[in-house]
Amino acid sequence: MSDTEFLLLVRGPLFTLATVILVGGVLIRIAEILFMGRKKSLAEARGSEASGGFRVMLSRSVPDADTFHRSGFTIISGYVFHIGLFVVIFLFVPHILVFERAIGLSWPGLPSNIIDATTVITLIAMLTLLIHRIVDPVRRMLSGFQDYWVWLVTALPLITGYFAFHRVGVSGAWMLAVHILSVELLMITFPFTSLSHAFTLWMSRWYNGAVSGYRGIR
Amino acid sequence: MDEVGAIAIEIEPTVATTGNVLPLLHELHHALLRFRDDGSEHCIDVNSLPLSEQDHRQLESVLGRGEVHARLQALGDSEITETRIPGIWRVIHANADGAVVGRFLEVTACPSILKTQQPDIADGIAHLQRLIDELPGEDQ
Amino acid sequence: MKPGLTVGETLRAHGVTRRGFLKYCAAITSLMALPPSSLKAVAAALEAARRPSVIWLSFQECTGCTESLTRSADATIEELIFNAISLDYHHTLQAASGAAAEAAREQAMHENYGNYLLIVDGSIPIADAGYSTIAGISNRDMLLETAAGAAAIVSVGTCAAFGGIPAARPNPTGAVPVSELITDKPIINVPGCPPIPVVITGVLVQYLTFGLPDLDAQGRPLAFYGQSIHDRCYRRPFYDKGLFADSFDDEGAKKGWCLYKLGCRGPTTYNACATAKWNNGTSFPIESGHPCLGCSEPDFWDTGSFYHALSTPTEAIGEAAVYAAGGGLLIGAAVGAVHQRHKRKAIESHRKVSLDDIDEGAAK
Repeated sequence: MSDTEFLLLVRGPLFTLATVILVGGVLIRIAEILFMGRKKSLAEARGSEASGGFRVMLSRSVPDADTFHRSGFTIISGYVFHIGLFVVIFLFVPHILVFERAIGLSWPGLPSNIIDATTVITLIAMLTLLIHRIVDPVRRMLSGFQDYWVWLVTALPLITGYFAFHRVGVSGAWMLAVHILSVELLMITFPFTSLSHAFTLWMSRWYNGAVSGYRGIR
Repeated sequence: MDEVGAIAIEIEPTVATTGNVLPLLHELHHALLRFRDDGSEHCIDVNSLPLSEQDHRQLESVLGRGEVHARLQALGDSEITETRIPGIWRVIHANADGAVVGRFLEVTACPSILKTQQPDIADGIAHLQRLIDELPGEDQ
Repeated sequence: MKPGLTVGETLRAHGVTRRGFLKYCAAITSLMALPPSSLKAVAAALEAARRPSVIWLSFQECTGCTESLTRSADATIEELIFNAISLDYHHTLQAASGAAAEAAREQAMHENYGNYLLIVDGSIPIADAGYSTIAGISNRDMLLETAAGAAAIVSVGTCAAFGGIPAARPNPTGAVPVSELITDKPIINVPGCPPIPVVITGVLVQYLTFGLPDLDAQGRPLAFYGQSIHDRCYRRPFYDKGLFADSFDDEGAKKGWCLYKLGCRGPTTYNACATAKWNNGTSFPIESGHPCLGCSEPDFWDTGSFYHALSTPTEAIGEAAVYAAGGGLLIGAAVGAVHQRHKRKAIESHRKVSLDDIDEGAAK
């Protein structure tokens, strides 16, 4: 298979397949949770579930001083790589074009060299967290295959994207194809692993807050 | 043509500077030192370097023009100029239509393309001999 | 023209002076991306090289490659190299026709068997031999016969190198590139639709002076196809700054910003356009405001729209995503309902146990 054919395959049928699995998978997971249903509240409650829910969605995103003191490193690295991922995925112009083709929405991007630097910073943050996970005995014990797999499929698009951008010694088409393929791997892994926290996180935080905001008998 | 001319096309000066001029000047400096010490010549293919318009202008203004300026007419014009730094020559080859096909900076006492080639000297001797032979003799 | 002459002797017979020859060698050395220090080696090798006999075969092609070469505005340098070879057969350019033309080909083959250079432009139809014939000989037969005695083959143009437009979907003639039929000869691919004239001659010079050049994975000489259009593009700084033209007539287009969004294939295309340029060094497509079509790459005609960015999917994934979303919701709802039923059953089957029951059980 030539580099061009490889690129056509990953830009065409494989990307469609990955999109179907990603969108379908995420909705399966969300619908599954929502349709489990909650028991109807028979008592009229004081307080508001909504305000508590939204408050906690925000407040839990800011670490409290005590937690920060204990594991500041993890928190900072975690924030760096999450923000980095957001910037790299959503603010690189060639990526925005993908969203534009898929959903018709477009927004301004950042200069490519900023994306480039962000990619490196993000990878370093992820690498330090991985090392921390392996070196720290408690974290090592708590980690299973999925944790490492999820790390890998997140890191691969960053690494291949970096090389696709700089293209050192390899064919541009081949490297771009490998990059897109690695993204497709991430897309199909996403809904069925802990990566789905990107969606479920907000639901569970809202629920935690809603429980606290509720003033009444269950 | 008027309609085409009416389209407002803005020509923005491309990238200011690539920062490649300084290393290039250092390379020339080192080449001159080597040429002084052991006589080894050096040549830089300027067209193969990523230089912007502004870089070229900067390079021109630093190197300037020296005493010698030669024009070669073979398959189009070539300009061979000594820069104001003795020993550094600027060689620009153009084709018959005036398009630049080669741009070099040479560190040498005299660019080889200016020197007469040995086979040409042989041809020249034969040619001169023919001219002498064709002249009317003095004693006649 | 006497085939025994060297290239240097031939050029001088055409009135090229030694300084002119040196100048030509300097230009070609620069073009081949060789260090200027190799100029003497290039000049010496070219001076002494024997004029090779060249047979040029044209199959399923549009003559664009020959046009590119012969109509280049700068006749001096490209024409020079044609004086340096002995072009014994080229059915578009030769004066002879019919039986006399074929006789010329056969004569050149027999006289220089094992040593002549074969240049091919156009792809070869193999679905049916009758799709393209010359003097009643099918393209395939003529290629196999002529290639047998060739020292090397140069596939000029994307059709000969990769199949090109004749091989584009659905490829009605079963067009294949030279490399698919000939596997026992060195093949140099010089793709492009058409290739840059000076690259064609540069490859010939490279072959004359240093023999077979270093090739990339696609069989292209690295000296000319070693870098992508994108890497050598003067608009690259705009790509790096994130400044793009969004249409062909917006502010960005007028300011000469990067054409990536308009579908430029520069990042995946390897060719010398950005440095060698076209029309006597005037410009190249991107400089004229149009994205690169990637014509020197395999399957360039089948890589989706030329006007969709390289990073985007080639299929309409929006529709697929809507169906996937619908399907996902249904499946999720079903799974949720199963969970709910499971929960309800668990509650229903939950037997209330009193202290008396336990006592009873203990008494038993």
